[in-house]
Amino acid sequence: MPQLICKDLTLGYEGQEILSGVDFSVNSGDYLCILGENGSGKTTLMKTILGLRKPMRGSIVTGEGLSRREIGYLPQQSEIQKDFPASVREIVVSGFQGQCGLRPFYNREEKRQAEKNMELMGISHLKKRCYRELSGGQQQRVLLARALCATQKMLLLDEPVAGLDPKVTEEMYQLIGSLNKEHGITVVMISHDIEAALHYATHVLHIGKKIFFGTTAQYTERLRAREGDSYGKA
Amino acid sequence: MEKLDTLAYYLQFSQVRYALIVGVLVALCSSLLGVTLVLKRFSFIGDGLSHVAFGAMAVSSIAGALVSGLQPYIDASNDMLIVMPITIISAVLLLRTGKNAKVKGDAAVAMISVGALAVGYLLMNLDIFPKSANISGDVCSTLFGSLSILTLSRSEVDFCIIISIVVVAVFLFFYNKIFSVTFDEDFSTATGTKAIVYNLLIAVIIAVIIVISMNLVGSLLISALIIFPALSAMRLLKSFKAVTICSACLSVFCAALGILASILFSTPVGATIVAVNIAAFAVFSLIGAVKGGFKR
Repeated sequence: MPQLICKDLTLGYEGQEILSGVDFSVNSGDYLCILGENGSGKTTLMKTILGLRKPMRGSIVTGEGLSRREIGYLPQQSEIQKDFPASVREIVVSGFQGQCGLRPFYNREEKRQAEKNMELMGISHLKKRCYRELSGGQQQRVLLARALCATQKMLLLDEPVAGLDPKVTEEMYQLIGSLNKEHGITVVMISHDIEAALHYATHVLHIGKKIFFGTTAQYTERLRAREGDSYGKA
Repeated sequence: MEKLDTLAYYLQFSQVRYALIVGVLVALCSSLLGVTLVLKRFSFIGDGLSHVAFGAMAVSSIAGALVSGLQPYIDASNDMLIVMPITIISAVLLLRTGKNAKVKGDAAVAMISVGALAVGYLLMNLDIFPKSANISGDVCSTLFGSLSILTLSRSEVDFCIIISIVVVAVFLFFYNKIFSVTFDEDFSTATGTKAIVYNLLIAVIIAVIIVISMNLVGSLLISALIIFPALSAMRLLKSFKAVTICSACLSVFCAALGILASILFSTPVGATIVAVNIAAFAVFSLIGAVKGGFKR
């Protein structure tokens, strides 16, 4: 049984469909890249998986002991966060909030785990710094550390490298890759960057007018076949 | 020295002591959620809601006048029974529709704010209102809270103390949740925090704070009490906890100073407190700029 199954999803706003017939499943340890043009509904799909909005049709099922609440999420940066006066430590430990229930404060184990996640992301030295003073790459690491507090199993990343320079982008990809390979965390990532997707991902979901879902190898083959077609025509 | 003597003289009166207690408590409560509101781009909700409270007060005055004939003054606690629920409901509606509504947050706040103000003033000038009452004086004190603080009754002070304790307790209990909901609503919801519930809670707390602060600074100046301490603290400090603690202390300090100054120089209470807050903001900005300059 896969960790996450999306069956025949139709997504849209206010009765208007933007995406239909989305079928895919994610197994434990997979690295799925969601590709597609701007406005094709990638972020909407991700928010639907997270339960932030309801699909118009279709179903999302989680399995293998993964609950919907145990999915870590790295959102695109919001306006609010850009001038938010909060220390790195405060933000990272807030990843545990969902597991607190009505308990008002974080317990020792959660604080310890937060420290560990900061270490893992290489931001321990920044823990007392203010979030808004950090560079883009550092901010992403902070949010990634927070997402790790919320999950041990699956991470959903919405364009984690948007706005980062090439060197930092590469580091970010490596970091995510190591979380996937060494820590066995399932990764679902929205990206613009086909090349990186093909390099790191095990599976690709391409959404748009035509929807493709398959392994990276199948996707590469399809891309080649297409290129071949266009050469033939030319 | 002479001024100190005057101060000591005034402080002998229980009215002045009441004013100080209420002022400090109200300042403390209103500063707590300032950071959240500023960051959520709801700085003006205080203004909007206080005008709703003003409108509600007019409604309750009319109701009082209608029910028991030409009664110029209505018991303050009766007032609360009408004003509090109306303000809470408006707060909930405003913060809930903030995201997906057809009328966006700032426009909705503006609409409710001026709408309630106009209707309230209109109602107050209707014929059913006792003509003997000093309408413009009443309106002025509701808008600027100029005099009412020195006419607080013991029961009003008790009411204010109880509400303040509740507000501070609720804030402390939900502090971490308010933080995560403010920082990232989507993430909180996705990982199992009921953001809607906490947004509702924030709205209710805000409404309660506004109703109890109306007596102090009046409905036009309430926003200042809510946002100035937070903005000042944000100039200097780097963590949410530090900003919250600093803005609470600063707010209490400014309120106490403002009230004492207003007694000494017989200036209007609300306006004096806000002026002190503005000065504090200027000082904090300056220090912030100097510190920032050194870093670069």
